Amino acid sequence: MFSGTIDKLIPVGILASGAAASGYEVNLFFTFWGLMNITKKALQNQPSPIDKNYEQMGPMMIKKMQEMKYPMWYELIKQAKEIGEVKVYACSTSMEFFGIKREDLADFVDDVVGVTTFLDKAEGGITLFI
Amino acid sequence: MAEIKIAKTLDVRGMYCPGPVMETAKAIKEIGIGEVLEVLATDPAARPDIEAWARRTGQQILDIQQQEGVTRILIKRVK
Repeated sequence: MFSGTIDKLIPVGILASGAAASGYEVNLFFTFWGLMNITKKALQNQPSPIDKNYEQMGPMMIKKMQEMKYPMWYELIKQAKEIGEVKVYACSTSMEFFGIKREDLADFVDDVVGVTTFLDKAEGGITLFI
Repeated sequence: MAEIKIAKTLDVRGMYCPGPVMETAKAIKEIGIGEVLEVLATDPAARPDIEAWARRTGQQILDIQQQEGVTRILIKRVK
């Protein structure tokens, strides 16, 4: 997960939970702008901003999601972790870029790793760069 | 078709993808092997998605009916 806007975070939550429910092993690697969204502080300031290209759609989309009682993206990730094999990893280099410490990360983060761990986990599976 | 005994009913009407599949995955663990779960859903994706979920997870779909916007799926827990 590279991106940091809500329109990218939501599909990550949906894919992770759908995959976990169906028995796929799921590894989520949050890096760059994605990483900035898995801090405890970021989760308190939801929803995250929407992509600039769709800015006008933002308020309407959030209102509709509330009407649908649609869960927040990180709630989907938490649920995915409850029902399946889901691990959430934070990128150590991005943490240093943004001055984020291990204790700043959300409780659902399992470990701090690097690109080699990500590639090792990804090998032979379905990899999505979002 | 002989009467199927339903062990549990899961009502996910009004929930959207991936809600019905996630709740189905949770509910199937709450019944015994050989027992049947009834799922009621309004999400148009519920049917194809629960069919795909059953293929992936090795559970058996006994029956699917669609009536007035509600899909009723009977799933037998086989493992």
